[in-house]
Amino acid sequence: MRLTQGQFSYLPDLTDEDIRVQAQYAIDKGWAVSVEFTDDPHPRNTYWEMWGHPMFDNPDAAAVVYEVNECRKLHGGKYIRVIAFDASPGWESIRMSFIVNRPKTEPGFRVVRQEGEGRVVRYTIESYAVREPEGQRYA
Amino acid sequence: MTEDAQTRPATVDLAAAYEESGVREVLEELDREMIGLAPVKQRIRETAALLLVDKARRELGLASETPTLHMSFTGNPGTGKTTVALKMAELLRKLGYVRKGHLVTVTRDDLVGQYIGHTAPKTKEVLKKAMGGVLFIDEAYYLYRPENERDYGQEAIEILLQVMENNRDDLVVILAGYADRMDRFFESNPGFRSRIAHHIEFPDYSDPELLRIADIMLGQQNYTFDPAARAAMEEYIALRRGQPHFANARSIRNALDRARLRQANRLFSKAKGPLTAADLSTLTEADLRTSRVFRGGLDVDRARRAEAAE
Ligand SMILES: Nc1ncnc2c1ncn2[C@@H]1O[C@H](COP(=O)(O)OP(=O)(O)OP(=O)(O)O)[C@@H](O)[C@H]1O
Ligand SMILES: [Mg+2]
Repeated sequence: MRLTQGQFSYLPDLTDEDIRVQAQYAIDKGWAVSVEFTDDPHPRNTYWEMWGHPMFDNPDAAAVVYEVNECRKLHGGKYIRVIAFDASPGWESIRMSFIVNRPKTEPGFRVVRQEGEGRVVRYTIESYAVREPEGQRYA
Repeated sequence: MTEDAQTRPATVDLAAAYEESGVREVLEELDREMIGLAPVKQRIRETAALLLVDKARRELGLASETPTLHMSFTGNPGTGKTTVALKMAELLRKLGYVRKGHLVTVTRDDLVGQYIGHTAPKTKEVLKKAMGGVLFIDEAYYLYRPENERDYGQEAIEILLQVMENNRDDLVVILAGYADRMDRFFESNPGFRSRIAHHIEFPDYSDPELLRIADIMLGQQNYTFDPAARAAMEEYIALRRGQPHFANARSIRNALDRARLRQANRLFSKAKGPLTAADLSTLTEADLRTSRVFRGGLDVDRARRAEAAE
């Protein structure tokens, strides 16, 4: 099951050139761009691991593509995303976020039903991947 | 980004490409603003022509690889290497070989760390900052310290070589330094030598060239010499050349900075009544002749201090 989070996730995987152009858009807007990775794809997992610092002073997005590829070398079997952070006064907000790398197979999510008092049922989802310990998910 | 054969043009107009690129303006600016340096200017014109032709060849499908653009600039201090590198960055941007055309100037300390694990991130930060533009490594030979086999410079060199090879579309590296030390550096680092396509040598300036450089520098700051001051400057140049730490045009810039300081002092302490624009912008003989250069030069200690202040 293909994970769809952030921008462009219904499109075919972005090429490095696609990534560069999108990241350049963010840089030209004055946003700090960073690279993050995770092996816990739950949609509420907003805190992915940071790959290096956010890039504040790189005028050219080749720097972002470079870091994405450096990250792929170590975490190529996980999800990697690029996010753009707007630090302008009054804002603390992610302006862009898109997946740039995903595991070869994505087993998806299962529904978990919890029966409560009376006939209440609580629903939640859990990714199959997190049944394995961190670092051992996605082969 | 391979283009289809059908979308390729059948001919290219080099003259039009030259005009459109704006390369002419940069070359003219170089000619106008930089005194002397005939061989350097010639090499840059040749390089521009080569790159223009290369681009045309790629448009016609005759070539596909980005040519290697990394360069080395060799010459003594103050011969204009940094200034020409700025122009080169602009030229490469106009020719479409770098996207932004900024210049990031670094030395060993900006690339090499103090402890294990410090160097790689430092070098990578610098490389990322330079992407889209030109990375200028001054006195590049300090990266290589053969006397210490655990020197962290080696790590920086390896990362540099990798990026110079793999990210040729993303940045151009210019290594700069004294000719003889650069030669030795290339001898012991064949990886660098083979990645550098253009070697440009910067000659020392002659005395008349330095005098014209002085005129230009003053003009840019709206100052002039009076005739006696210009004659003193001429003498100054001849004397200064024989003294320690002579640094071509940089020595001239420093001399002029100090002359302006003395002029300001003179005006402040001696002038009575209102000053005209001419008073404020004329350097006189006295502003120059008080220099220690006329009294046998700076002793080594003082020279060191002056260098540090530069
Ligand atoms: N040909 C020239 N015409 C006019 N000004 C020049 C010329 N060459 C150098 N200058 C001026 O001299 C100063 C020193 O030049 P620059 O910094 O480019 O030299 P450099 O070779 O990089 O020196 P270093 O090796 O010491 O770093 C600058 O202020 C520059 O503007
Ligand atoms: Mg310099």
